Amino acid sequence: MKNIKVLGGCCGNCDTVMKMIETQAKNLGVEVALEKVTDMATILGLGVMSTPGVVIDGKVVHSGSVPAPSKIDAWLKG
Amino acid sequence: MIDPFKFLADLLTIRLLGLDVTQSLGGALHFFIEDTAKIFFLLALIVFVIGLFRSMMSPERVRKLIGGKRRIVAYPAAVGLGAVTPFCSCSSIPLFIGFLEAGIPLGVTMSFLIASPMINEIAVIILASSIGLEFAVLYVVTGLTVGLIGGLLIDGMKLERYVEDYVWKIHMGEAALPEHPESWAERAAYAWGEVKSILKRLWLYVFIGIGIGAFLHGYVPQEFFTQYASADNPFAVPLAVLMGIPLYGSATSVIPVAEALLAKGVPVGTVLALMMSIAALSLPEVIMLKQVIKPQLIAIFVGILAVAFIFVGYGFNFIFS
Repeated sequence: MKNIKVLGGCCGNCDTVMKMIETQAKNLGVEVALEKVTDMATILGLGVMSTPGVVIDGKVVHSGSVPAPSKIDAWLKG
Repeated sequence: MIDPFKFLADLLTIRLLGLDVTQSLGGALHFFIEDTAKIFFLLALIVFVIGLFRSMMSPERVRKLIGGKRRIVAYPAAVGLGAVTPFCSCSSIPLFIGFLEAGIPLGVTMSFLIASPMINEIAVIILASSIGLEFAVLYVVTGLTVGLIGGLLIDGMKLERYVEDYVWKIHMGEAALPEHPESWAERAAYAWGEVKSILKRLWLYVFIGIGIGAFLHGYVPQEFFTQYASADNPFAVPLAVLMGIPLYGSATSVIPVAEALLAKGVPVGTVLALMMSIAALSLPEVIMLKQVIKPQLIAIFVGILAVAFIFVGYGFNFIFS
């Protein structure tokens, strides 16, 4: 079970990322606990200034853009 | 040199539809087609090219670059970086907090916030190609100066107490710099993603801007502007600035409007003041800033900029009259 957080406030990009991860996790049959983080203090506390960001099992793996589907695949499989 | 965008507009309006471009409808349509083709082409191209290099300019990196520098270095650096990094306005808040947290003075942070929406490479290139290089340079230099002066004033007034208290309590983790796209293929994919996301966010505003520009170009007689917006009318500049405050538009979407106004003989200063006011001050921007600063500082921020833009307007109208 992977613990995944999507960081971001507005823009709508963050919702896109949530959906992408959800769909791909379903397709790959990977179990995930997906959570959206909008609180700025938490986001900055993780060292991220540009959203959307992605955190997997407590580790920041991405920030500043909607990640490529291939990247999401790699995170989910890894 | 043949201008391909003008060529396209000529072809469609004159040849295909048989319209007279000196008439209202033909003129407006010609303006609309030429500007739509030109602005969207340039927008996509520039965003893509910048996207290729964007990974070198992440906000985390900008923060590191400015942090710990003395003011004499930090101000020009903040204003310059604000100009070359067109972050989405959503990133204003994390940037603001991240900057202050890194010990960057409030004034420097504000300089960055002023310069960033007003000047960006997209607006500059489109300005240069549709209005002219001189006007583009004027816009950039003035915008940088306003950003610098605005930040210095806010610094001098010691307004730190008007920053929301929680902001000072946030502790930023050691920026775990995300891995940057390494291969050119990855960079191109990232850049293409940027083009899509920026176009998705801007297309409507750009169309509205072009629509207004085309309408002014085709349907509003020159006399209207000579009567109400000439340099002789002392109220034209403040009115332009006031009108621009609530209006939300990216610097890019205002360009067609500016282009039409200049062609109708509206003085340079008035047009500059209107453009800057629309780009730098807007309701959404104020609502966003409200999350991190108290109303007093927002009022000061809007006040300083409005006064600065009015000065810009009068100043250039005076110089060019």
